Amino acid sequence: MDAKLKERFDTETKGNKVVVYMKGTAIAPMCGFSAAVAQILQSLGVKFHDVNVLADPEIREGIKEYTSWPTIPQVFIDGKFVGGCDILTELHQKGELAKMLGQG
Amino acid sequence: MEPDEIKSLLEQGLEGARAEVSDMTGGGDHFEVTIVAPAFEGLSLVERHQLVYRLLNVGGSEAIHALSLKTYTAEEWARV
Repeated sequence: MDAKLKERFDTETKGNKVVVYMKGTAIAPMCGFSAAVAQILQSLGVKFHDVNVLADPEIREGIKEYTSWPTIPQVFIDGKFVGGCDILTELHQKGELAKMLGQG
Repeated sequence: MEPDEIKSLLEQGLEGARAEVSDMTGGGDHFEVTIVAPAFEGLSLVERHQLVYRLLNVGGSEAIHALSLKTYTAEEWARV
C-alpha cells in the first residue's frame, strides 16, 4: 500500500491509546456497528480517537488493506489491531476488554 | 446469498466444521453465523474472523453487507 498512508496509520494507531476507524464520529455514528463499538467504549469510560472513514475514501479503503480486514469499524488498542464489532463485543462480555484497557 | 450457500461454503472450506447461518432481515445480505471448527484451535479472534471473511469473500464482493460472527473450537463450544 501507499507508504505515506501506511505511515499515517502507524502514527495514528501508536500515538493514541485507543483508535476507532468508524462510519461517522463518536458523537454521531452513521452505522449500527460503529455505534455499538462507540457505546461499549463509552460505557467503560474510555476516550478514544475517532476517525470518520466516510470523510475520506482513501482512508476507508486504505485501512482495510492495512489490517487485511474487510469491514468497518476497526478498533486499535496500544497500536495493535483488536478487531471489529463482533470481537469487541465478545471481549467486552468476557471482561477481557477492560483488562486490555488497563481497568482489570 | 442464501444461508445454505454460506453454510456449505464454510463447512466445505473448514474441515470438520459445523455452521449455523441465519438471515437476519430476510434480504439475503445480513447474516448471523455461528461456526464450530477444529481449524480455529490456536488462532486469535482476529485470525478466525479473517479466515471466515476469506472463505466468504467478504469485502471482495458486495454480496454480504453485514455479518455477525461467532467462532468456537469444539472445546470452547462444549463450555458455551
